[in-house]
Amino acid sequence: MTLTYMKNGETLSLDGETCIGCGACVDVCPHAVFRIELGKALIASRETCMECGACARNCLVGALSVKAGVGCAGAIIIGKLRGTAPDCGGGSCCDSTSSCC
Amino acid sequence: MSLLLKRDAKAEAQAGFVVLEGLKKSWVKRFMVYGDRTIPVAATSLDKGDRLGGLKARWGVGRMRYSVLPGIYAVGNPTKDSPVFVSANYKLSFDALRSNLAGLDGWILVLDTKGINLWCAAGKGSFGTAELVSRIAKVKLADLVSHRGLILPQLGAPGVSAPEVLKKSGFRVEWGPVRAADIQAWLAAGRVKSAAMSKVTFNFRDRMAVAPVEIAHSWPIIPAALALAAVFALPARGWLARAIPAAILLLGSIPMGTMIFPALLPWLPSRAFVVKGAALGAAWALSCAFIFHIPVLAAVGGILVATPVVAFLAMNFTGASTYTCQPGALLEVDRSFWPMVSSLALGLVAAGASRLFGL
Repeated sequence: MTLTYMKNGETLSLDGETCIGCGACVDVCPHAVFRIELGKALIASRETCMECGACARNCLVGALSVKAGVGCAGAIIIGKLRGTAPDCGGGSCCDSTSSCC
Repeated sequence: MSLLLKRDAKAEAQAGFVVLEGLKKSWVKRFMVYGDRTIPVAATSLDKGDRLGGLKARWGVGRMRYSVLPGIYAVGNPTKDSPVFVSANYKLSFDALRSNLAGLDGWILVLDTKGINLWCAAGKGSFGTAELVSRIAKVKLADLVSHRGLILPQLGAPGVSAPEVLKKSGFRVEWGPVRAADIQAWLAAGRVKSAAMSKVTFNFRDRMAVAPVEIAHSWPIIPAALALAAVFALPARGWLARAIPAAILLLGSIPMGTMIFPALLPWLPSRAFVVKGAALGAAWALSCAFIFHIPVLAAVGGILVATPVVAFLAMNFTGASTYTCQPGALLEVDRSFWPMVSSLALGLVAAGASRLFGL
């Protein structure tokens, strides 16, 4: 069963013109969002994208962009309390109180 | 041990040149002399200590100190041609890797992720390009092996840019499978990943593995739940008969939100964790009300309190899940804050009213 969430992959964009179809995105994506067709990558399953940022970071030609971030309510709450961006770091979340991890 | 050389420990400490106190661990089988270096050889099976330590870390005990020294390790009898596997220095991540390398000769390059697990560290960037490039230099990896390849776990990709690593270090990153358990099969298949090897799952086992730490972190709710049950069962006449069901209802919200919720996750209504949790919390409180014949107004109070508590615990589970994105989690937090606070407040009023009016 594939679990789906809300607002998935909304910030993910792929520039088909720039893409060289190397398949790096297919290789690093943990949710099988991409497929190579006719020598180009395409977004086959946007609804499973968790916006981890692996594809954009590893795209050879910069054809991919995504606003990467942790999908962690705890980090978001901590960020709101501190008036910062969502943050697992600095002695919270992954470090001690919750489990982004 | 005669190999215990105490040379310039600071500079060489993490490079595997000297045998450090911090490396005298049960899982370090021996130290191998390799050129002018002394490199710890890690066991490829987990002993009792490893398992107990892993269990404790899962329950949040000493989790932040559960790390290994960054640097280079060996498994088996590696040579200059052996593959280099890269790992995080959270011991559970490191253990997952080495325990799946039985029978192989290889190197393990452990990055300093501050004791954070691999995927989280990659998300934060501590398992990242800069740390990898600098660690390669620190351990003088280019002298250790004749090839220029690195095998990284696929989940390291949010933090590591393979093209940049190649540019800055000359080492070519190859993305291995998501799970260390698939490494041997992946190697046997000629380093080709099957679709399943590159996909993250969140099945029942995965969900229950991350549940204990949620339970461990929900302890502050316990005194609050007990205090509420005690106060709202007042006055003294018939106190116990009211306090016990109330305590069961309120305390039960914790295992509901931390264990039953992850177990039932796929089957609970809605895609929002907070809504799923609210449904579960309401169902739980309603069941308690029926079972214990709780008076109507008190039952309403119980439902209004248990619902946001379970919903909140459920929402926190987004962090443990493997498929949530940030905009979705942000939506949950924004939309649920006032409803949860209001429900909690109304619930307390209803419980108080129930006692005042005897309904």
